[in-house]
Amino acid sequence: MTSTTFAPAFPVPAIPLRELLPWAIFAGLILLLAIYFVGAEEGATSLISGMYVHEFVHDGRHLLGFPCH
Amino acid sequence: MVRTLLVRGMLVGILAGLLTFGFLKVYGEPQVDIAIAFETQMDLAKAAAARARGVAVQEQPELVSRQVQAGIGLFTAVMVYCTAFGGLFGLTFAFAYGRVPGLLTPRAVSLMLAALGFVAIYLVPNLKYPANPPSIGDPATIKMRTALYFIMIAISIAAMIGAFALRRLLIVRFGDWNANFIVAAYYLVIVVIAGFLLPVVNEVPQQFPAVVLWKFRMASLGAQFIMWTTLGVVFGASAERALTGGRVHA
Repeated sequence: MTSTTFAPAFPVPAIPLRELLPWAIFAGLILLLAIYFVGAEEGATSLISGMYVHEFVHDGRHLLGFPCH
Repeated sequence: MVRTLLVRGMLVGILAGLLTFGFLKVYGEPQVDIAIAFETQMDLAKAAAARARGVAVQEQPELVSRQVQAGIGLFTAVMVYCTAFGGLFGLTFAFAYGRVPGLLTPRAVSLMLAALGFVAIYLVPNLKYPANPPSIGDPATIKMRTALYFIMIAISIAAMIGAFALRRLLIVRFGDWNANFIVAAYYLVIVVIAGFLLPVVNEVPQQFPAVVLWKFRMASLGAQFIMWTTLGVVFGASAERALTGGRVHA
C-alpha cells in the first residue's frame, strides 16, 4: 500500500500511509476532540461538570447544526 | 509533508473561521435572538400557569450573558470548529492526493474533497436532522437526538468512502465519467434508505415562526457553505504550492 498504483499520472506521488498514519491518529484525535467540545460537551455527554462550556459555545453549537438542549 | 499539509489546513481553517463568524454574526445571530425571545415568552407563560396552580417556580440563573454568547462565545466556537475542520481537511487531503484516479492537480483534489465533505458531513445529515434554533428541542431527548445526528453523519461518511472504493473498481470497466454517476447513485441510495429508516425528530413548537426557522437554517447552511468553499479553494492553492513548488498549472 505504500507505493501508489497511479504514480506516473500524478505530478507528485501519493504520501505513503506509513508517513501519514501517526499524524492522522494523533492530530486527528485532538481535532475531533476540539469539535466534540464545540458540538456535544455538556449536552448529550459531559466530561466536565457544570454547564459553562455548553452555555459559552451555545450560539455556535446551534448555528453549526448540532442538536442543543 | 503531512505536517505541512496539516498546518496549512489549520491556517486556512482560521481564515474560513473568520469569514464564517462574520457571516453568522450578521445573518445567524438575529434569528437566535428572536428564537430566545420566543423561548423566554414560552417559559414565562409556563411559569405563570404553574404559579396559578400554586406551584413554586425557581428562576434559572444566567450562566453566560447573551452578549458573551453572541460575541466571544460564538467566535470561539466557530474558530475552534473551523480550525479543527481545516486540520482534518489537510489530513484527508494528504491521504486522498495521488489516490483518486482522474484527479491530478492538488487544487482539483482539494475542491472535490470540499464539495463532497460539505455534502456528506453537513448537507445530507441536515436534510434528515436539520439545525434548530434555541427553544426547539426537548431537553429530555437531547441524548437521543445527538446520537441520531451523529449516526446519520457516520452513515453518510461511510457511504461516501464506500463510493470512492467502488469507483476504483468500476473505473476500469465503465471509465471515470460513468463511474462517477454510478457511485453517486450508490451514495444517494444508501443515505436515502438510512434517512427513511432512522426515526423522525420533529420538536418544533406549533407557534414557532416559520420564517425565523427558515432564516436560521439558511444561515446555518450558508455558514457551512462558506467554510467548505474557503477550505476547498484556498487550501487547494496552498497545497499546490507546497507539493509542487508552484510548478503545476492545469
